[in-house]
Amino acid sequence: MPKDGGIGASTKRREDVRFLTGNGRYTDDINLRGQAHAYFLRSQVAHGKINGIDTAAAEAMDGVIRVFTAKDFEGVGGMPCGWQITDKHGQPMQEPKHPILAEGKVRHVGDPVAVVIAETLEQARDAAEAIELDIEDLPAVVDMKAALAEGAPKVHDDLTSNLCYDWGFVEENKAAVEDAFAKAAHVTTLELVNQRLVANPMEPRVAVGDYDPWNDNSTLYTTSQNPHVIRLLMGAFVLGIPEHKLRVVAPDVGGGFGTKIFHYAEEAFCTFAARQLKRPVKWTSSRSEAFISDAHGRDHVTKIQLALDDANNFTAIRTETYANMGAYLSTFAPSVPTWLHGTLMAGNYRTPLIYVNVKAVFTNTVPVDAYRGAGRPEATFQLERVIDKAARELGVDPVELRRQNFIKADQFPYATPVAVEYDTGNYDATMDKMLEISDYAGFAARAEESKKRGKLRGFGIAHYIEACGIAPSNLVGQLGARAGLYESATVRVNATGSISIYTGSHSHGQGHETTFAQVVAEMIGIDAGQVEINHGDTANTPMGMGTYGSRSLAVGGSALVKATNKVINKAKKIAAHLLEASEADIELADGKFTVAGTDKSVDWAGVTLAAYVPHNYPLESMEPGLEETAFYDPSNFTYPSGAYGCEVEVDPETGEVEILAFTAADDFGNVVNPMIVEGQVHGGIAQGIGQALLERCVYDEDGQLVSGSYMDYAMPRADDLPNYTVDHSCVTPCTHNPLGVKGCGEAGAIGSPPAVINAVIDALQRGGHSHVTHIDMPASPSRVWAAMNAQ
Amino acid sequence: MYNFDFVKPASVEDAVAALGGDEAQPLSGGMTLLPSMKQRLNAPATLVSLTGIDALKGVCRDGDMLVIGAATPHAVVARDAAADYPALAELAGQIGDPMVRNRGTIGGSLANNDPSACYPSAALASGATIVTDKREIAADDFFQGMFATALDEGEIITSVRFPIPQKAAYAKFAQPASRFALTGAFVAQYANGVRVAITGASENGVFRWSEAEAALSSNFSADALAGLAASADQMIGDLHGTPEYRAHLVGVMTRRAVAAAH
Amino acid sequence: MTKVTLTVNGRSMSGQAEGRTLLSSFLREELGLTGTHVGCDTSQCGACVVHMDGQAVKSCTVLAQDVDGASVTTIEGMANADGSLGTIQQAFQDHHGLQCGFCTPGMVMASAALLAENPKPTEAEVRHYLEGNICRCTGYHNIVKAVMAASGQDAGGAVAAE
Repeated sequence: MPKDGGIGASTKRREDVRFLTGNGRYTDDINLRGQAHAYFLRSQVAHGKINGIDTAAAEAMDGVIRVFTAKDFEGVGGMPCGWQITDKHGQPMQEPKHPILAEGKVRHVGDPVAVVIAETLEQARDAAEAIELDIEDLPAVVDMKAALAEGAPKVHDDLTSNLCYDWGFVEENKAAVEDAFAKAAHVTTLELVNQRLVANPMEPRVAVGDYDPWNDNSTLYTTSQNPHVIRLLMGAFVLGIPEHKLRVVAPDVGGGFGTKIFHYAEEAFCTFAARQLKRPVKWTSSRSEAFISDAHGRDHVTKIQLALDDANNFTAIRTETYANMGAYLSTFAPSVPTWLHGTLMAGNYRTPLIYVNVKAVFTNTVPVDAYRGAGRPEATFQLERVIDKAARELGVDPVELRRQNFIKADQFPYATPVAVEYDTGNYDATMDKMLEISDYAGFAARAEESKKRGKLRGFGIAHYIEACGIAPSNLVGQLGARAGLYESATVRVNATGSISIYTGSHSHGQGHETTFAQVVAEMIGIDAGQVEINHGDTANTPMGMGTYGSRSLAVGGSALVKATNKVINKAKKIAAHLLEASEADIELADGKFTVAGTDKSVDWAGVTLAAYVPHNYPLESMEPGLEETAFYDPSNFTYPSGAYGCEVEVDPETGEVEILAFTAADDFGNVVNPMIVEGQVHGGIAQGIGQALLERCVYDEDGQLVSGSYMDYAMPRADDLPNYTVDHSCVTPCTHNPLGVKGCGEAGAIGSPPAVINAVIDALQRGGHSHVTHIDMPASPSRVWAAMNAQ
Repeated sequence: MYNFDFVKPASVEDAVAALGGDEAQPLSGGMTLLPSMKQRLNAPATLVSLTGIDALKGVCRDGDMLVIGAATPHAVVARDAAADYPALAELAGQIGDPMVRNRGTIGGSLANNDPSACYPSAALASGATIVTDKREIAADDFFQGMFATALDEGEIITSVRFPIPQKAAYAKFAQPASRFALTGAFVAQYANGVRVAITGASENGVFRWSEAEAALSSNFSADALAGLAASADQMIGDLHGTPEYRAHLVGVMTRRAVAAAH
Repeated sequence: MTKVTLTVNGRSMSGQAEGRTLLSSFLREELGLTGTHVGCDTSQCGACVVHMDGQAVKSCTVLAQDVDGASVTTIEGMANADGSLGTIQQAFQDHHGLQCGFCTPGMVMASAALLAENPKPTEAEVRHYLEGNICRCTGYHNIVKAVMAASGQDAGGAVAAE
């Protein structure tokens, strides 16, 4: 291992130095000469007909440069949707137009109606108030089932209804599933809400559009997880700017959690307006604006049923889910409740028959799309809750019921009835590890001690499976994806041996600058400090799909390994020439090429210098230079899994839940930087606990957002959360990528919500509240108290 | 924010004069006012900062009273009231967060009378006197429902006089997002009886829970409250708690305050 | 517009401010010190925390004109004189107390204020003190460890980085 850290070292993060000294460069830190400011005037009603927009007074105000409305975008495309779902009848989903600025109607609170460009942001905002909007209120649809009722107001008048699609998976299995339920010895039914959440990365979104008349090029600086995707979608589908005339830069990005994957109207607007005005245009979201303009997450209403035979084997699962799409289709929205959710409904279990039905619904609310975990937390929550409920109904231990139905370590690869094949895993091992670390055996004594203090103690268990690194491209294309899902890397070796890496992955907190350097340093045997990672700028990185879905190391890292191997192969040829040996005899170790069995060697820098100063070089058979690019398209998903244990105490007087201990035993395959992996798990668990106990995005029946700021949307704080015990010592390496890695970014957010709710229910049951079999998230004090006192 | 003229007088007289102008508003810390101005819910033409007036700052003992200058930040009350009126100091130490406590002031909080703010419960339960630039107002007369007080236009609080109780405590159940009181109970025992003020719960803002006062005046113990329940009528219902839940918390928090009183 | 002069990180700096100009905007836009971040508009997230005359404040809820003449320390002023990371900054790096880095300036400034007031806080005191600073990435575990370590106390089970 290089002395400053290779694969497996908890190398300190190099990016931290700039963040800790105020030298980070986030999009809002970018101010261009001559920059104007954009303020978006947004609908204050959930549904309305636009009868008129009078901008004359606003245009006359101090500092105002121009006011834009929908009519300025004639001939400009709408915001594209990146995934088309085919419904259970073989028909494509209903796909409404999503204009940059509202046309004819406003469809949610926050829908942008006009934009004022002024010299300062406050001037733009002052002028926006002078715009006279004539909007006629229309009845809003907020509740999904009401939206599907006969005669419900339509969000989009040109669609046949508010139903985006009705998806059945696997439709061919439906009859067999029904049959299995008819024959079941026991059926457990659970109806639940996986509530709407707001991702809330701490950095609000920002877009700065720039235009250079010298070369007719446009540049967008934006808070994105995937600048190449934005360039493709915005250039090709919205603005009609070819890629070579369009550069997208996502510099330091202050967290994403999914909501910065998507292409947003503000990005297209600022790029468009900069071209129109021939000056840079900047938009910075306020947090209040973020609540009504960032895509939200989750918002599923589900009924799940689990069938068991008389020996408590799972025989079938069927689910019916209503998934809220909001008012428009955000970039990847249709895929979340379908392919990212239905394919995970087998969990870690050998259930032979599964049928998943999902009805996606348009409502007069902010669009809903992927949020940390995206579909997989929804699947895991249902499954792990219904198994817990079944265990209670049957009077069996929830650990044993899970174990009995686990896919066993010797059964991999394992093809599930929901179309995926798990390559590796050992669920008994992770379960054992979690139970050991959390001292599950000692729980009863701790519960007794709590009881003496008048508190109700509970232990909750969840075991999850995740599918990361969604792939391969040809398969996802068949499933409706309108993008490829490979990743790319360029390894540019410099003459003196230092290395510049250009990756299509994007780091917005994940630490790629450190871990990717560790990988390359390990492979070549040089110090990681000699390897620099560049990302986030389409002008210098190869086309890549960015970072989401816990894909960066598994997919981006694999591309990096491929490119590095190409470099090593060429370097070996150069070394063979320099050492006058056969290429087959050249060995690379610790940054030195040696002729096997001899002491003849040349070091890394000697080879790299020869590549760029090719005086002694086989020019007749090889090009000079040492730079390689690779694209990697995975052959399968990766399947991290893990066991989570949560121990809570409930205050029976107030219903308040305190988390006393939280344990995670994950199998992420091989791990490059344990410190960073553990940090990812911590953060995921915090978001999962946030969902389980605190966070809730609420609309009233008129479509007004009730939880529109941190005054009402409860973000987890330091004193809400425990320390976490995390373990990743159970390792079953991924079999189909070169590093054997699986991905760790979302695991915490997937495994923790059911663990917490199972713990709360366990506490209440042990405390004598046997009528409480479910509490919807967040299990707020008010809800827990109400559940205890409902008879 | 709408723009405004900013003035920072050094004396109460200058502040009162400045507040006599059109659409002038006082700023005393601004922890609530500035966020509401960011939302453009408030549009003063002139903002008169009170934090430059030394006469409005400080905590001092005056016989059996603790007198707190209106522009004294919560953090200073948390520190300087601890010896004389620990329950009040503890309440001040639970408002907002450390940064908010360094800027927010007692006068600003009382004048705003947010139905979920902590300070109104202490003032009401203590039978405090709110001293303004022109008069003295008993706490019982000062709070007049959500965000409403007895203050006239342009009138500013200069200090608050708290009679020091024999025993007191504040028990707060925080709203998880804002950290304001979902329900807070301040209990204060005086020679002539017990006063109980509840914040966060009622649609009418801070109020005295008279049944609890009667019960505690004859027997100052949590047991004295057994069987006593606040009515859910006119309690706030929102995404953080139903009226019934808040009514229930009134009882729980009052009992906890009694148990903790010192 | 009114001229506002502050001593920022030991240097006298002046700029123009409207009545409504917030200290956070003044630092970022007028003085070019973009290390101070703005993550909300309700004074809750704490990304904007700076020290003003020795006290931690949320600079998004302070008017620039209101603090004319004050002495302000921002994240840019927290490193050692030789440019190396200060004790708290170093502890955040050592214990992986940051991920995306956006809340970090406020976290470091709040932590510095805590340790100035209470040099040996308990873990519970650290968690309570940081209630005005929201982090969405770390789950706080490693932030708490970093602050404990910066106070010279055992950082418990935190990852010991190389």
